[in-house]
Amino acid sequence: MASVEAEMTDNSKASNPYSRLMALQRMGIVHNYEKIREYSVAIVGIGGVGSVAAEMLTRCGIGRLLLYDYDKVELANMNRMFFLPNQVGMTKTDAAVQTLSNINPDVVLESFTLNITTVDGFETFMSSLKNKSFNPNSEGTGVDLVLSCVDNYEARMVVNQACNELNQVWMESGVSENAVSGHIQLLIPGETACFACVPPLVVASGIDERTLKRDGVCAASLPTTMGIVAGLLVQNTLKYLLNFGDVSRYLGYNALKDFFPTMEMKPNTQCSNAACMERQKEYILAKPSRDAAAKAKMDADSLVAEEFPIHSENEWNISVVDDDEPDKVSTITSGSLPVGIMHELPSADKFESDPAPAETSNPIDDLEDLRKQLDALNAD
Amino acid sequence: MEGWDPTTKSTLTQIPLLTIKAGPRDGATWTQRLKEEYKALITYTTMNKKNDNDWFRISAANPEGTRWTGKCWYVHNLLKYEFDLQFDIPVTYPATAPELELPQLDGKTEKMYRGGKICLTVHFKPLWAKNCPRFGIAHALCLGLAPWLAAEIPVLVDSGMVKHKDDAASSVEV
Ligand SMILES: [Zn+2]
Repeated sequence: MASVEAEMTDNSKASNPYSRLMALQRMGIVHNYEKIREYSVAIVGIGGVGSVAAEMLTRCGIGRLLLYDYDKVELANMNRMFFLPNQVGMTKTDAAVQTLSNINPDVVLESFTLNITTVDGFETFMSSLKNKSFNPNSEGTGVDLVLSCVDNYEARMVVNQACNELNQVWMESGVSENAVSGHIQLLIPGETACFACVPPLVVASGIDERTLKRDGVCAASLPTTMGIVAGLLVQNTLKYLLNFGDVSRYLGYNALKDFFPTMEMKPNTQCSNAACMERQKEYILAKPSRDAAAKAKMDADSLVAEEFPIHSENEWNISVVDDDEPDKVSTITSGSLPVGIMHELPSADKFESDPAPAETSNPIDDLEDLRKQLDALNAD
Repeated sequence: MEGWDPTTKSTLTQIPLLTIKAGPRDGATWTQRLKEEYKALITYTTMNKKNDNDWFRISAANPEGTRWTGKCWYVHNLLKYEFDLQFDIPVTYPATAPELELPQLDGKTEKMYRGGKICLTVHFKPLWAKNCPRFGIAHALCLGLAPWLAAEIPVLVDSGMVKHKDDAASSVEV
């Protein structure tokens, strides 16, 4: 995309980098494609999924991307897409900015080389999400969507913490350690289950898990599975931002069986995350205004439908779950999971009945004294 | 506790359990939690010394107690192999366990993530999740690091990836 700040017009001249995207508008798929220039997306984890998602959004002409990772490019990453052998040794965020700015100089790129799970990294992460300089009139934070493309539970819990505190909509993505399944999930604080509401879910590989040999390696990876999950994630992102089609709440991918389970999850009213509980309360309080808005939209839509009856054919349109019509879409609670999806970790036990080992007879209760006591033990 | 050896099991049950669910962003309750962490570490270290199974040193590297550094060692064929040990307390602690790092072994084994973070067994995370907030740093060392060293150090030594410090100093090829 050679021209800086290329105008998004729908003329189909070969020199217009956005012509095929703007064609979506002429075909009636997307109402206002140009809106994409106004959106900011944060991508956490610039690995096999995150880097490919960043490239897709860059080619789509997204307004701004914030990129987070603490890692460097390694030769061992070359079985995946995006990074190049001559970028080995660069931070993933800097290497990504180098490539992405070449692909499309119109995108505003911000790179954050930090570990979000540490106290300092988390503070920077939070303040960068809150920065509204790109779009000062935005109502929420400074970004429209956060995409979690990290490869571990710890980092996902941190993204969940930040998004719950900031009331920030985000999408989760993951590829299993054996590289043959993956998933994407939409998380709307207070409205859907947060990442801590239920133990993390994985798509079953469809093979006997006991036959898997885990000894010897931490994780395998395939560019195909990662590319497919990145594609599903960015597709859902485009649908969410540009308001077309159905935005999936949870979509699984089982590569061995080519099986795509879907489901929805309501928040856990006893979630261990305090910020999630706050957002749940707010969501319930906002129900009357949400209902009014939904009704107004329905009235407006029916007017449009009368004027243009051809466009009202939408047999696959499943509306967002309405509290009054719980049967329309199958929602699940933590107890029952659809076929092909299972919990990766158990929930915390209730401890009342547990025989705890005898409490330490350590009478010291001053932090400094305890530190000295450990130091003394460490000294010999 | 399926999947754990009897020694790990019996050691674990003697480490005091923690009660306060607080992470490094929780102010005064984190200080309370930190006291429990110290008590558990003091008991565990004392117990190891008494049982002639002393195998690590760890202490807070900052006043907030969010970063910890120290050493751990493992004896294989009567030789002692010692490594730097470090980790941060994550902001979502104790819902998530600290990721233990042995930076000197970074890149030497597949059972490690980048940056020298050890790759825990499939048994560790489920047990940690079930026991939140009762497990702390001492439990992570007992359940995470001790079995890892026992499984990986003999392999690393036998394959020549890790050399004893006396061998390394003389640097004579046999
Ligand atoms: Zn929750």
